[in-house]
Formats: sequence, C-alpha cells, structure tokens
Amino acid sequence: MTKIITFSKAINEAISTAMYKDDDVVLIGIDVAGGAEVDHLQDQEAWGGVMGVTQGIVDKFGRDRVIDTPIAEAGFIGASVTAAATGLRPIAELMFNDFIGSCLDEVMNQGAKLRYMFGGKAKVPLTIRTMHGAGYSAAAQHSQSLYSIFTHIPGLKVVIPSTPYDAKGLLLTSIFDDDPVIFFEDKTLYTMKGEVGDGFYTIPFGKADIKRKGKDLTIVAIGKMVHTALKAANQLAKKGFEAEVVDPRTLSPLDEETILDSVAKTGRLIIVDEAYPRCNAATDISAMVVDKGFDYLDAPIKMITAPHSPVPFSPSLEKLYLPTPEKILAAFAEIMGDNSIVTK
Amino acid sequence: MGTSKSILASLTSEKAKWMYRKMLEIREFEETVHDIFAKGELPGFVHLYAGEEAVAVGVCSHLTDDDSITSTHRGHGHCIAKGCDLDGMMAEIYGKVTGLCRGKGGSMHIADIKKGMLGANGIVGGGFPLAVGAGLTAKVKKTDHVAVCFFGDGANNHGTFHEAINMAAIWNLPVLFVAENNGYGEASTYEYASSCTHIADRAAGYNIPGEIVDGKDLLAVYEAAERAVNRARKGEGPTLLECKTYRNYGHFEGDTQTYKDSEERMEEEEQNDCIKKFRNYMETQGLAKPEELDEIEDSVKKALEHAVKFGEESPNPDPSELTKDVYVSYE
Repeated sequence: MTKIITFSKAINEAISTAMYKDDDVVLIGIDVAGGAEVDHLQDQEAWGGVMGVTQGIVDKFGRDRVIDTPIAEAGFIGASVTAAATGLRPIAELMFNDFIGSCLDEVMNQGAKLRYMFGGKAKVPLTIRTMHGAGYSAAAQHSQSLYSIFTHIPGLKVVIPSTPYDAKGLLLTSIFDDDPVIFFEDKTLYTMKGEVGDGFYTIPFGKADIKRKGKDLTIVAIGKMVHTALKAANQLAKKGFEAEVVDPRTLSPLDEETILDSVAKTGRLIIVDEAYPRCNAATDISAMVVDKGFDYLDAPIKMITAPHSPVPFSPSLEKLYLPTPEKILAAFAEIMGDNSIVTK
Repeated sequence: MGTSKSILASLTSEKAKWMYRKMLEIREFEETVHDIFAKGELPGFVHLYAGEEAVAVGVCSHLTDDDSITSTHRGHGHCIAKGCDLDGMMAEIYGKVTGLCRGKGGSMHIADIKKGMLGANGIVGGGFPLAVGAGLTAKVKKTDHVAVCFFGDGANNHGTFHEAINMAAIWNLPVLFVAENNGYGEASTYEYASSCTHIADRAAGYNIPGEIVDGKDLLAVYEAAERAVNRARKGEGPTLLECKTYRNYGHFEGDTQTYKDSEERMEEEEQNDCIKKFRNYMETQGLAKPEELDEIEDSVKKALEHAVKFGEESPNPDPSELTKDVYVSYE
C-alpha cells in the first residue's frame, strides 16, 4: 500500500515507525518536542521542531524518548554519540547543517572515529538529521549544503534524499544502521508531495536510483538538484536528447558502479550539486569517473554548482546562486557544440 | 520606576526624549516588519525585538560609535539603539542594494561597522567570543572603548558563553555581557533549559560582578549599564548584567507561541510595557510634555513610512554582487 504525503510527513513517519519498532530509538534536539515542562501545553500542540517536522511524535512516545535540549549543540550532539555507544539508538536533530560549526568536534573527532580508535570494539548507531539548502532567503548561516565536509570524513555515512519515498526509506535505514549517519533534509523540499510506502521499509545505502532513463547524457544530481536535473531532461527531450538522471542518494558510501554504467552508455556527464564548487560532491564524482571511466567519456565532464561565495540573502541574488535547468542546458550545448540546444 | 537620585539628577530632558524616541523607533520598526512580513512581502526569516526595547536603549545610551556591540538573531533593536539608519535597515530586510549590507546579509546579519554594530548573528552564542575580540582590541590599543555582547537566555547554555566570559575575566577586558532573559529560548522556557536560578548567578564562577535588573524598566537598565560601562572604561574588567524582559512576538515570525501563557502575555505586553511605563514616568517627572511626546511618536511613524517606501522602491543588487566581497583580494 502507498499514499501521497509530503517530504516532511515522510520523515515524521519514518521516526514514528522506528520508535514503535525499537524502544532504544530516541529523538533528541532543540525543541524537537518544544515547550518542555510548560503546564498548559498539550503535547499535540507542541512545536515538533522549528519547521514542525517532528510534530506529534512527543504525543505518541512521551518526553522520556522525545528530548528537548538547551541550545547547546556541542553538548547534545556529543551526548548523542555516547548515548549511541552505550545502548541507545538516538536520532539527533542538528537544526541547520550550518550549526555544525558549534559541534564539529563531537561529530568529526568523536562520533566518526570511536569505532576505529577502539579497535572495532564500539559502535555508534547515531543518526544526525539536519536541514540544508538555499532557496528560502535564509542567508549565509542557514542555507549552506555542507554534505561534502562529512563525506570527507571516514567513519561517517552521508545520506541526501530527494523524494518523500526515498526520505522515509533512507531514514529508516539510517536509524537502524550501526554507524553514525548524517541525514540531510532540504528545507525547500519539506512541502513536496510524493508516493510513500506504508509501514516499515528500507532503502540500502550505496545504491543510486535512476530517476529517469536516457542514452545521450548522464546527469548526476544531489538532493533537490535531482528535480532541477529532471526539468532540464524534459527540456532536452523536446530537443531530441534523452538524459539519464542518476540520484546517488548516499554520498558515503557512493554507488560508483551505477554512475559508471550510465556514463559508459551515454558518454557524457554533467554533475549538479548546489554546494560550493571546490572540493564538493561534484568534484569528487568527477574525479572518480575520470579515474575509472575515462575511456567512456566523449566530452569533458561539466559541473553545475553554486559559485565560490556564501549564500546571499537577497532573493534576486539567491536566484542566481542556485543551479538551474538553463545552466544545465547551457553546459550540454557547450559539450555538444550545438547552440540550438539553448535557443527556443 | 525604582531608580536612584543620582541617575535622575543626571538624566536630562533631552536624553530622556532621545531614549523615548529610540524605544519607539524599535517598536514601530518591529510592528511594521511584522505587518509587511505577514503580507508575504519580506523574504527569509525574521525575529522581532518588540517588548525588549528598554534593554538595547538603556545600554546603548552609554555608548559611542567607537564602542562595539555584538547582537543576536533578534538584532533589529540593537541596531537602532546603536544608531543604525532606519532606511538602510529596512532596505536590507527587503534584500535591496541600498541596505546596510547591500542586501547580502538580511535581517539575521544586519550590521554597520561604522556605528560599532558588529552584526546580528544567525548562530546562537555566536556573539560571545566576538565581543571578547573587540574588547581585546581596546585593551591592546589602550583605548577606552568598550564592547557589549547582547545575548538571549537561550545562548547562556551555549559553550561559547563559558569560554568567552572566562577569557574576558582573566584578561580583564572592557566587555559588558548583557543577558536579555525574555523567558524563552525558542519554544523552551528559561527554567527548563538552565540549571541556574538567574543567569547573573553564573558571574560568581568567573569572579566578575553579576547584576540583575528589571529589563522592562528603562532607567533600571540605564543605571546598571552606566556602572558597568564605567567599570569597563576604567579598566576594571567585565560585568554580567541580566535584564529580565519579555518578547512580545514569537521566536520567529510565524511561530504560533502555544508554549506561552495568555495571561502572562496580556500582563507583559499591556500592563508591563516598557515604553508606556517610561512615557508615564517622563510625564509625571516633568521631563517632557505630553504634546512633545506625541510629536516624537508622529515623527517616528513618518520615519518608518519613509523607510518602508525606501526599502520597497530601492533597486535589487546587481548580479555582479553575487561573488563580490567574498575576499578583499583573490588572485
């Protein structure tokens, strides 16, 4: 059975499903319930996170398992690391991924390395859910897409869903995975609706999903850029080109095989990543393809990313900041040497 | 209003009217932003300062443009109290090139270095070490400048609070840490999130003075801030000043505020309003005539109408602004 729900609701459902299934799963973070110890407040009226994503979960599971924290990221993310290592399976919410500045040590030096440093004698079944993405004029400290920082660090797994269906399945996989996982939620996708399966289901890590099949061009796109890529693919179809859109879904581990197989078929690769252009997922995937699939390529790889600049506040500038279908078409026109691709 | 005679003696009619005007500018600015945001005409996230005016104005009335302040995500009030231009602020919130930050910062990063306003801040607890840095500059350069760190009760549980206040104390820096305890960090109460009865109690752990004042009483803030700023200017080190206050709006615009008690809201927003109380005080003490205060109100309303028009009609930043000012130079 399936139903149509929002990306936000899909995440909410995954958390509830996991908490019903396993009493060790707890939700912890700033106002994940909201209004702790306020007498008049009914749990069903509590915030459920700053964007309301976890609304209603405290009503189902109570405040022993849905834990509001002070605004103290180093404190509660660090505590979640060892809560995981000592028997719980925490879902910690780092409200915006930008706030990793306040708790990078706890993730990078503690959570990611515990198992290795302890000779494999510990495990850290921790999921850190965090919001990312530009598009809401949330400015330079609330709009970044920082997944490449985490992809760089051994010991962490990095998940970026692009649809409600993937969000639910990948979050359930994350929660029941025994390693620390950073789970990215694009704030501009929360209201997006899509088909989602009922009950418990998982989606394996390291398995890319081909969101559209095609033979002329491979577009690898991360997170909400999948939808930008699909729009570009639809426009290209009108010009007689069929683009294949590959959604890696997890950057660590990365499904190299699906990407290479697609490039082997199409001979052309455009990577769309809304992160900063240096040392990002696009450069990483590009290097992998050059290394392992050079002979498949009929044209240079193109990367469509943000500029090397913080995210601007002004909507007029933010529009220019993000990758667009037009930028993808322009890149394809360039590698094809065919200007008619960008003209109407 | 419980204030000592010495302060009253030093409070001129002119200064009192300036403070009244600044509080009104903040209130009117925030009410205006509230209205235009509700109409969907403003981008991004906004966090309003209405209700807390007495804190920013009571403290900043002792500062000059050479003194620095650090602020919070709720920063419009600090900007106005520190003398930032209303037109430039409103244009910034609209994302226009005429804004204080050329439209690139927005509400959460509004700043004016020339005025000593080192920025609103999107990171809770971000301001503590930044204020210490400004204090360090004053000490090394042997100026009598001071730095003020405005922070909310939510931030007092952040790790940066400890690191920064400890450093300010060991180096005896001219920094004033001003807690705006409005009772709520986002949707959590102060009592839930903090282990200490008062934020000022924490000063004892750093061997610095900690003082608690009624943050709804402009003159109480004014008087305590004067002492703390004077101490800092004389090289006697930092102070932690806790102002008990209340935010009239939610954590952010759009917040349903279900965690607040309706009677508490009524009392704080109506009976205990800092602006009404100060106006009443000025009239009874003969610091200003009612018609003078009405004139100030009219003038502030006009200034805000002008600011909105300026914000609306100003041009967007040029596309070249997107990658400009990431660095001073980058070759």
